Amino acid sequence: MLFIGIYGFLTRRNTLAILISIELMLNAADINFAAFNRLLFPTGQEGYFFTLFSIAISAAETAVAIAVMINIYRNLKNNFVDTLDKLKW
Amino acid sequence: MDYTYTYLILLLPFLSFLFLGLTGKWLSHRTAGLIGTLVLGTVAVLSYYTAFEYFTADRVNGIFQTLVPYNFTWLPFYDEGLHFDIGIMLDPISVMMLIVISTVSLMVHIYSFGYMHGERGFQRYYAFLGLFSMSMLGLVLATNIFQMYLFWELVGVCSYLLIGFYYTQGPAVAASKKAFIVTRFADLGFLIGILIYGYYTGSFSFDFTNTAVYLNGAAPGVGAGLSKAIAGAGFILPTALFLMFIGGAGKSAMFPLHIWLPDAMEGPTPVSALIHAATMVVAGVFQVARMFPLWIQYAPDTLHIVAWIGAFTALYAAAVACAQSDIKRVLAFSTISQIAFMMVALGVCLPEGSFTDNHASLGYMASLYHLFTHAMFKATLFLCAGCIIHAVHSNEMEFMGGMHKYMPITHITFLIACLAISGIPPFSGFYSKDEILVAAFQYSSALGWIMTGIAAMTAFYMFRLYFGIFWGTENKAYHEKHKPHESPAVMTVPLIFLTLITITIGWILPGTFGSYVSATGKAYHIDIDMNVAITSVSIALISIALATWIYARNSQPIANRLKAAMPQLHKWAYHRFYIDDIYQFVTHRIIFAHISRPIAWFDRHIVDGFFNFLAWGTNATSYQIRTLQSGRVQQYALVFLFGVLILILMLIL
Repeated sequence: MLFIGIYGFLTRRNTLAILISIELMLNAADINFAAFNRLLFPTGQEGYFFTLFSIAISAAETAVAIAVMINIYRNLKNNFVDTLDKLKW
Repeated sequence: MDYTYTYLILLLPFLSFLFLGLTGKWLSHRTAGLIGTLVLGTVAVLSYYTAFEYFTADRVNGIFQTLVPYNFTWLPFYDEGLHFDIGIMLDPISVMMLIVISTVSLMVHIYSFGYMHGERGFQRYYAFLGLFSMSMLGLVLATNIFQMYLFWELVGVCSYLLIGFYYTQGPAVAASKKAFIVTRFADLGFLIGILIYGYYTGSFSFDFTNTAVYLNGAAPGVGAGLSKAIAGAGFILPTALFLMFIGGAGKSAMFPLHIWLPDAMEGPTPVSALIHAATMVVAGVFQVARMFPLWIQYAPDTLHIVAWIGAFTALYAAAVACAQSDIKRVLAFSTISQIAFMMVALGVCLPEGSFTDNHASLGYMASLYHLFTHAMFKATLFLCAGCIIHAVHSNEMEFMGGMHKYMPITHITFLIACLAISGIPPFSGFYSKDEILVAAFQYSSALGWIMTGIAAMTAFYMFRLYFGIFWGTENKAYHEKHKPHESPAVMTVPLIFLTLITITIGWILPGTFGSYVSATGKAYHIDIDMNVAITSVSIALISIALATWIYARNSQPIANRLKAAMPQLHKWAYHRFYIDDIYQFVTHRIIFAHISRPIAWFDRHIVDGFFNFLAWGTNATSYQIRTLQSGRVQQYALVFLFGVLILILMLIL
C-alpha cells in the first residue's frame, strides 16, 4: 500500500488525488503498526495507541491540505499541480 | 630631579595634530595657527627647562648621567628575549636636540602664520607641523633603535605630507613621492641593520654600558650582549652599523641618495626650513652619533668610509650649488654639503684610547656643535628666502637683485647667516666648522685640506647667492610692476631671534659647547687651534672677496666670461651632474620596462585569469543544473525518494 501511495503521489495531476495518495500512505503505516503490535506484543497496546494518534493527526493534516487546495483553486482556477511552478529558476 | 613631565613634550604636539586634523575644517585660520603655535611654545618652554635642569645637575664621575624617565615594553618576543620598548631617554645629545628642534619648530610656527596667510589648508598645515614636531622629538628621545626607526618612518611620512602640501600641483606631488620612496628605500637597509644587530646582540637598547639611570620604575633596557656579536666574526657589527648608516644616508641626503632633497623644495618654505634644513635631515647624523660608542670601538674603519662618503657628498653638493639659479635649490645643496660636513666630522674620529680621550673623538663633539649652529643659521637662511620669495613671488634669482633697498631686516639677517655659514668669527659657524677642520686634520691632512677647500666653496656660493639677491643686477622692470616689500613682523621676528642665537651661541655659553656634549661625556674645553683657524678664516675671506669681485656690481662680466669659457662644466653643474637623469633612466627604462611590465602581465593574465576561469566554470555548471529547480512539487518528491533509497542502501551496505 505504501508504494501504491508513493506512485500515486508522484504521478497524479489532480491535487485531490495527491491527497488521497497521502491518506493511503498514512493508512498503510497505521496498518503496519497495528499488525506488528498484534504479532510481537500480544499483551501490550502501545502500537494501537500510536495508531490512534496517527489517525487523528492525519485527519488534522487533511483538513489543512484541503484548505490549501481551496486557496490554490481560488488563485489558479484549476486543480492541477503542474501549474504550480512559479518557484523556479 | 623628577623628569616625569617629559612625556608632555611628546604628547602635546600629538594632541595638537589630532585636534587640528579632526576639527580644522571648522576652525578659523587664526585659531588653528594660535593653537599650533601655543602648543609648540609650551613644548619649547618644557624643552628649555629640561635642558636647564639636566645640564645644571651634578655630574657623576664627571659625566652627565643618562636618565630614562619612561621605558615601556611594547612588544616582547619571548623566545629570543628581544623586546621593543617605547620610552624617553635624556642624554646630553638628546637634550641638545630637544633645544634645537623645539626652537626651530616654534620659529617656523610663528613664521608660517604670516607666510601661509590665506592659503587653503592652513589648519592641515599646522596639524602636520605638530605631527612632525612630535615625531622628531620622539626620534631624539628614543631609548632604543627600534623606537628610533618607528619615529624615523613617521618623520618620513610628515615630510611626504608637507612637501606635497600643494597637492594640486604636479611637481609638488612628484617631489613628495620621490622623497618618500628614496628615504623608504634607504630605510630597508636600516631595518636589515636593526635586525642583524638585534639578533646578534640580543637587545635594541641604546644603553650600551648598562649605566643609565632608570627613574620611576621604567623597565630597564637590557644592555647589548656584544660578546655574541664579536664572537660571530668581526664583520657582523660593522655590517649592521653600516646598513643602519645607509638608512641615515637616505634621510640625511648623502650621495647617491641625495636626489630627493633639492626637489623637496617644492614644499612651502617654512617646511623647507624646519624639515629639510634643521631637523629631519640631521636624523642620519644623530643616528650615527647615538650609535657612536659602537662605531668607534668595533667599526672604526667603516667609520672612515663614512667620512669619505661625506667628503665626496660635500664636494659634489658645493659644486652643484655654485651653478643653481633657484635660491631654494642653492640652499638645499648647501644643506646637503653641510650635513656631509657633519658626517665627515663623525667619521674622522680615531679609535685609539678614544673612549677615554676626548681629543681623538673631537669629531663627535664638532659634528654635534655644527648640527646645532647649522640648524640655527640654515633655518634663518630659509626663512629669509621665504620672505624674499613672498616679496618677489618667484624663486628665481633673475627676478631679484638690488633687494637691499626694499628689505632691510631680511638683508641684515641673511648677511649674518651667510657670514656664519662661511665660518667668519665671532659668528657661531666659525667655532663649529673650525672644530670639524681640526678633527679632519687630525685624521688625515689630505682630508683636512679637502674640507677646507669645500669650506671655501661654501663661502663662495653663499656670497654668490647673497649678492645675486641683494645687490647685483636689479630686475628693474619686474620691480616696477611688483614692488617688493619688507615682510610683516610675524615673519621677521623669528628671523631676528634665530640670528641672535647665531651671533651669540659661539661664545656666550658658560664653558664651551664641549663641556656639555662630548664623546666620553666628560667636559671638554675647546681651544681654538690657531693654525687651522687662521687658515680657514683667511680662505673664507678670499672666497668672499672673489664672490664680491665677480657678483657684487650691476653686471657680471667675469661670471659670463667664465661661463663662456667652460660651458660644459656649467651645464653639468646646473643639471646636478645628471644624477637625477641616471635614476630616471634606470628606473623607467630598465626596471619598469623589463621587470615590472612582465610581472604585471603575469599578474593580470595568469593569476587573474585563473580566477576568471573558476568563475566562468561555476557559471556554466550552474546554467546546466538549473532545471533541477523546476518548482514542481512532484519532481522534488521524486528526488527526495531517490535520496532516501540511496541512504537506506548505504546503511544496509
